Amino acid sequence: MTEQTPVLRLENIVKTFPGVRALDGVSFTVLPGEVHALMGENGAGKSTLMNVLGGIYQPDEGQIIVSEQPAVMTSPLEAKARGIMFIHQELSLAEELSVAENVYLGELPKKRFGLVDWDTLYARTDAILERLKVGFDARTRVGDLSIANQQMVEIARALTVDAKAVIFDEPTASLTDAEKVVLFEVIADLQRDGVGIIYISHRMEEIFKITDRISVLRDGSYRGTLHTRDTDEEAVTQLMIGRKLDLSRSESTHELGDVALEVRGLSCGHLFEDVSFHVRRGEVLGFYGLVGAGRTEIAETLFGLRDPSAGTILLDGQEIRIHSPVDAIERGISLVPEDRKGQGLVLGMNCRDNMTLPQVSDLTAGPFVSDGAEVAIFDQYRDKLDIRTPGWRQLVGNLSGGNQQKIVIGKWLSMHPNVLIVDEPTRGIDVGSKSEIHNLIRELAAQGYAVIVISSEMPEVLRVSDRIVAMYSGRVMRTFTSDDVTEDNLIQAISGLGDGAAA
Amino acid sequence: MSGLTKQNIGSFLARQGILVAFALFMIGFTLANGRFLDPDNVMGVVRSSAILGVMALGVTFVVISGNLDLSVGSMMSFSTIVVLDLHDKIGPTLAIPAMFALTLCLGALIGFLVGYLKLNSLIVTLGMLSAIHGLTLTWSGGKNMDIADKEATWFGIFGQGEIIGIPVPILIFALLASVLGLILAKTPFGRKVYAVGGNGTAATFSGIRRARVVFSCYLMSSFCVATAGLIQASRSMGSQNTVGQGLELEVLAAVILGGASLLGGSGTIFKTVIGVLILGFIQNGLLLVGLQFYVQYVVTWVIIILAVWLDIAAKRGKLWSPIA
Repeated sequence: MTEQTPVLRLENIVKTFPGVRALDGVSFTVLPGEVHALMGENGAGKSTLMNVLGGIYQPDEGQIIVSEQPAVMTSPLEAKARGIMFIHQELSLAEELSVAENVYLGELPKKRFGLVDWDTLYARTDAILERLKVGFDARTRVGDLSIANQQMVEIARALTVDAKAVIFDEPTASLTDAEKVVLFEVIADLQRDGVGIIYISHRMEEIFKITDRISVLRDGSYRGTLHTRDTDEEAVTQLMIGRKLDLSRSESTHELGDVALEVRGLSCGHLFEDVSFHVRRGEVLGFYGLVGAGRTEIAETLFGLRDPSAGTILLDGQEIRIHSPVDAIERGISLVPEDRKGQGLVLGMNCRDNMTLPQVSDLTAGPFVSDGAEVAIFDQYRDKLDIRTPGWRQLVGNLSGGNQQKIVIGKWLSMHPNVLIVDEPTRGIDVGSKSEIHNLIRELAAQGYAVIVISSEMPEVLRVSDRIVAMYSGRVMRTFTSDDVTEDNLIQAISGLGDGAAA
Repeated sequence: MSGLTKQNIGSFLARQGILVAFALFMIGFTLANGRFLDPDNVMGVVRSSAILGVMALGVTFVVISGNLDLSVGSMMSFSTIVVLDLHDKIGPTLAIPAMFALTLCLGALIGFLVGYLKLNSLIVTLGMLSAIHGLTLTWSGGKNMDIADKEATWFGIFGQGEIIGIPVPILIFALLASVLGLILAKTPFGRKVYAVGGNGTAATFSGIRRARVVFSCYLMSSFCVATAGLIQASRSMGSQNTVGQGLELEVLAAVILGGASLLGGSGTIFKTVIGVLILGFIQNGLLLVGLQFYVQYVVTWVIIILAVWLDIAAKRGKLWSPIA
């Protein structure tokens, strides 16, 4: 591999923003046919580097070399013309248009009088789709496709030109395990065609599965490149966060308390049916299943966002009815939602105001909100949860994902809930903060909170839960205790293979 | 310290553009006409801005909660006509509360449609603009409304009176601005308005009754409109059916000029007051330099466009950007 001409070389890239040295002399090289992982915590400079490469930012120093030709990326179009293609984490597709129109958006083939040449368009697109082995054709409306298939459309875009390097930014964030397999095949195909691939992801198991080399950024500077074969997760993590991770599972040594929440035969249309479980004080109950298995919907029902069609909910042995989040909060049921930015936080508000939002009506002195009471709560939970922010006036939108999540958790802890439901606690959060959140959840249980954790990541549920409810297609398949759970039987249960009889 | 590069100037203009533009206008007008900064003229501007200002205070709540209110102009005509008509029928003491009650009903209706039924506020209030105009004309039969005996009533005090030398409309504006300013900045309700406008879903997930907040904002807006209608009616003692026509855009211009985002979640009462004054001084300045009154309509439009442009420019810190 050493003899090959690199498809892409970054030399000593420096980019500063007012007050921040976002990239501090970053260099790395992508060879043809290699999958090169780019890793780093949120804020390490990955996005900035990719924006420099994509022509959105101009570097202050250093240069980009594509196939031994120095290149100045003046715009995203320039990058594309040089064969550098991006597949973004956030899909940027026009839902109302067809797959073909999306793939060739901006450069639709034309006939006389500037009319679109539909035949050519569909033929070309179908040819690309065939390479991707997808089950839809060029005429399909993008809005009708699943998220995974929409991702495939993004990838198809990258194949319209003779790509030299393709950058995948967190491509598996919204994919199921089966869909990932297809994605990895596509990547392998590109590899065989001699395309260089930059793969950005937080997920270690993927990195070790498909990449050849791993380059790590920390605080805007380049920390080294490792050969995937010769290294392990621990070494990469240490390079990324500059210290070792505490991965030990804190076994619950404390006594479990009474049953805080019990659910009997709960159904909500076809979203989930006949679901029963209970959670004790001091216990973490994990919910594991595929996307669409009905886990989030259960949480939303407990939080009063959906009305159940059957079944009962008991809080401390008393049957309760919950018709709105207001009801749920009054009874001490709290939800840290799945979509942190969309549902959990008002990004344009400061840290303190976000944290005290649910109880702002109670924090009054006379008719006005009491500044002192609010700041006191914020300070207490900032210290307790180790939230890193310059001060409470900081807008939440400026915090890292991990700190944002802690604000949401603090928001509910400060209300002293009976039951804390955490949906996808570490989605989009970097490795270092991830383990902090995991430890935090364990600690909360130790302090006597009843915690429900919903997660799509197996290592996560295994690590934080005392018991795990496995769901498949709206039904509880089996409830595992930490003694009888293994990765295998858990996977079987959530795939609908190992049914309840096994329990 | 970084020097004055082109980029820095651009970024400064993007952030403080409104104030810079306002300062330039003021300097220009002062140079063009010495009377511009005359205390009488300044007082006159504030006084004539009071009606617009009172309406803008209410609309500020609506805009921060993430909605629009295009019905305030036509609603103000309604309030004015109703209070003038009732004045001669049931006397001012009853006419004023009756007018407030009727106007609040209109606000409640809009609040119900936008808040509880979650209909798009642009469509609802645009429809109400026309519907309320029809209501006003039906009430008046299309005729102008006048108080028969203008000498015998104390009704003129709200529009023409003075207390310790300060015109009452200015006092009402100042009082209302202080009270509403405190409500928005300091009370739990105010905080909820920001939360609902900033991210309505997150507000719901935090146990805030979003519909109730939106409803209350429209109720406050209609209260402000009723107050503005009272000042208007009291000042002129008679009115056409179209007295408030077009004011909805000027009100919106003032609110945006003050820096409230049309997307909701940001803005303050203080900034709206600044926006109202900027608009008032610019319109006055245009008259003083001898331009026709009608030029104002065009200039108001230019100001709105400028304000909206600078609003997004401030968010991205650049005057122009290839990506949103």
